[in-house]
Amino acid sequence: MTIAADRTQTPPAATVPRRHFAFEAGRLKQPALALILPALLLTWWHFATSGQVYSLIPPPAQVGLAFYDLAVGGIRNDFFSGTLATHVVASVTRVYSGFFLAVIVALPLALMIGRIPAVRQMFDPLLQILRPIPVTAWLPLAMIIFGIGPTSAIFLVFLGAFYPILINTVFGVRSVEPRLFEAASMLGCSPSAQFARVVLPAALPAIFTGLRLGLGFSWMVIVIGEMTGVPTGLGAIIMEARQLSRTEVVICGMIAIGVAGFISDRIILLIGRKLLSWSPNHV
Amino acid sequence: MSDAPTILSLRNVGKTFEVQGRRIEALHDASLDVKRGEFVCLLGASGCGKSTLLRIVAGFETATTGEALMWNRPIEGPDPSRGMVFQDYGLFPWLTVRDNIGFGPASRRRPAREIQETTDHYIDLVGLGRFADVYPHQLSGGMKQRVAIARVLANEAEMVLMDEPFGALDAMTRERLQDELLGLWERTKLTVLFVTHSIEEAVVLSNRVIVMSAGPGRIDSDLTVDLPRPRDVSGTDFNDLRRSLSSKLHSHHGKVAA
Ligand SMILES: Nc1ncnc2c1ncn2[C@@H]1O[C@H](COP(=O)(O)OP(=O)(O)OP(=O)(O)O)[C@@H](O)[C@H]1O
Ligand SMILES: [Mg+2]
Repeated sequence: MTIAADRTQTPPAATVPRRHFAFEAGRLKQPALALILPALLLTWWHFATSGQVYSLIPPPAQVGLAFYDLAVGGIRNDFFSGTLATHVVASVTRVYSGFFLAVIVALPLALMIGRIPAVRQMFDPLLQILRPIPVTAWLPLAMIIFGIGPTSAIFLVFLGAFYPILINTVFGVRSVEPRLFEAASMLGCSPSAQFARVVLPAALPAIFTGLRLGLGFSWMVIVIGEMTGVPTGLGAIIMEARQLSRTEVVICGMIAIGVAGFISDRIILLIGRKLLSWSPNHV
Repeated sequence: MSDAPTILSLRNVGKTFEVQGRRIEALHDASLDVKRGEFVCLLGASGCGKSTLLRIVAGFETATTGEALMWNRPIEGPDPSRGMVFQDYGLFPWLTVRDNIGFGPASRRRPAREIQETTDHYIDLVGLGRFADVYPHQLSGGMKQRVAIARVLANEAEMVLMDEPFGALDAMTRERLQDELLGLWERTKLTVLFVTHSIEEAVVLSNRVIVMSAGPGRIDSDLTVDLPRPRDVSGTDFNDLRRSLSSKLHSHHGKVAA
């Protein structure tokens, strides 16, 4: 901790040219700043739990060991050992299946809702009524319709990702600056061609925001989706471990979801940055 | 100039907007003939219908009364032959300078080779060679407006409509662009319809100044400016003209206030 703190100490500004200095310090500072809170949390967790006789929450060291066992095996050699990859693959598959399904349905629908008044009038009331229903409330119905198995999980992920994508895309499509339509039409771009040449590119930043939020929701929903009695998946081991009072495995599952969600967010962010390098206010 | 054919004629054009049951007469009985190759400035106080008139010529608005004709045919909607340069540029932020300039030709499905040649030519013409592959948000206001002018020229516009195109620029950039625009205009057979608030800008640029006034918006006077070019802004003729325009503008303004 003290070493990390020392690293963030900035050298006197006068010794280095300004711009260069700001850049260098910014590069070091960002990861260092990002690590402060996790480190504090870990410390607090450690001192609050280790050495206590009746702690219901296992100390970080025990979780670390459990994670190693879950990932590689060789420590407890039980039901959970060495199964992490299987569960991660199962969850990733379901998350992306549900997510892509949502993209395939929500994107074209949103483009039409945004541009065609009749479609908007037809879909808007129904969608607005369905929207406040939380994904959890769909669980029983999903199990009846799709049975116990991965399909229910994929359906719930689909629902979770659907609305962020839909709403952001509709917003993006509807908030294209009117000036750009005028510019396009005086340059000879026909109204039918304007959809592809103006509306889509102009809405792209909003669409990407929707995709990013949607993917985030997918990872939140997957645990609920995998409570429906599927044998694999990160949600499934969390439920399993809870029933066996293996709290350290529960925490491992949580961490794995966090990391997987983080990585998939980074990937979509990277794609977005590439496609949206033209946009001044897109991260 | 007087023997050039008439490219644009407005005959008793009026425009009334209806906003929440209220009717606003933005333009009343405006008549105007513009010959090919003329540089016409529309000058007038805020709200006198300059933009409305220009947007009717562009085809973005339809006249409620009278008719607007180009080459004796009614104007029905926007057309590449009438290119517009907006005060807020209206560039496509997702396209590079090159692709913004090539947007028109690409929309009209010109062959790729031709688009390439056209864009190269106009990028050079407005001096943006080093910025060809840059996005609009990386450009200064002056450069953005050069792109906006180039993309209209690249689209073979016969008439360029400009609505306070240099209004958002600093004085230096503004003067530079005025000179460049005059250079372009002299080299081409362009007809320019240019809206401005600035008397000086109108006198520097135009062959002809149309003075407009508000309440309802209408054309008040039509002056020919035949000062030799390049114009000397400190010359007596220039200043006489500026003064007379100024008094015209204020007398019309006074009438409205009274
Ligand atoms: N789309 C519209 N809807 C309703 N009223 C409008 C519309 N466009 C213009 N007007 C009204 O018409 C009148 C003339 O507007 P216009 O924009 O043509 O003036 P202008 O001479 O260009 O003014 P400025 O110099 O401020 O740009 C104004 O009273 C304005 O409020
Ligand atoms: Mg205006």
